[in-house]
Amino acid sequence: MSSGKPIFTRGPSLNLRLGLSLLTASALMVADHLHRIDELRSALGVAVYPVQWLVHAPQELGAQLRSRLITWNQLLEENRKLKEEVARLKRHTLKYEALKKENDRLRAFLDNSFTLGEQMLVAELLAVNLAPYEHVVLINKGSRFGVHVGQPVLSVDGVVGQVIRVTPINAEVLLITDPNHAIPVQVNRTGLRAIAVGSGQLDRVEVSNLPNNVDVKPGDLLVSSGLGGVFPQGYPVATVMEVSPQPDKPFAQIIAKPVAALDRIREVLITFGHTEPVPFISQETAPAAQNITADAHR
Amino acid sequence: MPIDKTYLGIFLSLLGAIWLRLFAWPPLLLPFNPDWVLLVIIYWCLAAPDRFGIGLAWLIGLLVDATTGRLLGQHAFIYALIAYPCVRFHTRLRIFPLNHQLTFVLLFLLLAQFLTFWIEALRGKTLLTWEYWLPSLTGTLAWPFVLAVCRTLRQRYLTLP
Repeated sequence: MSSGKPIFTRGPSLNLRLGLSLLTASALMVADHLHRIDELRSALGVAVYPVQWLVHAPQELGAQLRSRLITWNQLLEENRKLKEEVARLKRHTLKYEALKKENDRLRAFLDNSFTLGEQMLVAELLAVNLAPYEHVVLINKGSRFGVHVGQPVLSVDGVVGQVIRVTPINAEVLLITDPNHAIPVQVNRTGLRAIAVGSGQLDRVEVSNLPNNVDVKPGDLLVSSGLGGVFPQGYPVATVMEVSPQPDKPFAQIIAKPVAALDRIREVLITFGHTEPVPFISQETAPAAQNITADAHR
Repeated sequence: MPIDKTYLGIFLSLLGAIWLRLFAWPPLLLPFNPDWVLLVIIYWCLAAPDRFGIGLAWLIGLLVDATTGRLLGQHAFIYALIAYPCVRFHTRLRIFPLNHQLTFVLLFLLLAQFLTFWIEALRGKTLLTWEYWLPSLTGTLAWPFVLAVCRTLRQRYLTLP
C-alpha cells in the first residue's frame, strides 16, 4: 500500500459520498416498502440468481454423489419400505372417492362449496439461507410458471408456508414457523378454530389466544381451517405437543410441532385454485362468519 | 495503463463472502453465521481505500439486499454507513494491534445488527432474542481469518505502480 500516494484526488468528498449513499438507500427503502419498485426488485432478483445458484450447486452435487454411493442393501431396504408405504396409502384411498362424493352431497345441503384436488406445481428448494433470523426459503419456480404472491405452499406431509415474493425464475416462501406468520387452524378432533403463530424455531408453532380450560390435548392434529382465504381447507399443519394452562394469564400456552419436516424438505408443492374461505354455517344465518380473517405475514 | 488486478482480489473475496453468507448451514450452526460480506467490506475499506469505498459498499449492499430478499436499500444503507469510518480512519485502524482492531470490528458489527433490527422493527418485525446478537461475536472471532485470506488475495493480485 503506497500511503504517500494522494487518495481521493477525484470525485466528491467523503462526507458528500456518505450523504448521497444514505439518502439514496433511504429513498430506495421507502419506495420498496410502498411496493413502488417491484420491477427493479424483480430484475435485480434475476441478476443475482447466478450467485444463489452458485451456492446451491455444490450442495446439490454433494447430495447427488451421496445418493450414488448408496449400497445395494440400502436400496433394497428403501424399496421394501416404499412398498409398505404404497400399500398403506392404497388402503387409505380405497374409500376416498366414495367419501368425497358423500362429502360433496352433504355440503350441497349446507349451500356451500368445497373442493379437494387443487392443481399443484412441484418446486425444489434451493439450498440457500437468506436471513438467519427469518424462516424464508427460496424455491426454483417463479412467475414464469404462474407462481404469485400469497400462494399456499405444501409438502407431501402438510402445510409449509406461503409465497411472499416472486421473480420470473424463483420465489421466496415464508414458512409457518416464522415469527411473523400466522395461519388459521382448526383442531381436527373437535373442530375448534384457532390461530397458529410461528415461534422462530423450525420445530414449533404456538397456538395463541385459547382460554385455559380449552379442550385441546397433546397429540391433537391441527388442520388448516381455510378461513383467511390463503390456505386451502383441511391440510394438516401441526400436531399439538404440549398444553400448559397458565392460571395467572388469560390464555393457555399451547405448543405444536409442524407436520411437515421444515428443516429437511427438499421439494414443495405450490397449490393453484380456489382458496376461498369455506363458511361453517350457511351465509344467510351468519353473515359474520366470513369476517374472521387472520392470515398475516407482514 | 495496466489493469488494476486488486479488483480481481476484491471480487473473489466478496464472492467467497456471499457464498459463506448464503450457505445453507445446518440449523444448529445457523445462528452463529456472521455477516461475512460486511467483514470483507471492512477489510477492503482499510486496505485499499483508494479503490474501495462508500460507493462500492453501497452497491454491494444493494446486491445483498436483492439476494437475501431484504428491503431494497437496507444493506446498502448499513454497509455505506460502516464503510465511512473505515475509510476515514483507515490509517489509524490499519496499524492498530489486533485486539484493538477486534474491538472496532465488534463495534461495527453490532452497529450493523442494531441498524438491521431497527429497520426491520420499523416494518413491524420485532423478535429480539439474545441469539440475534451472536453473529457479531462470531464475526469478531472470524476477523483474523478474513484478514489473512484477504491479505493473501491482495498480495497475490498486487498491482505495482
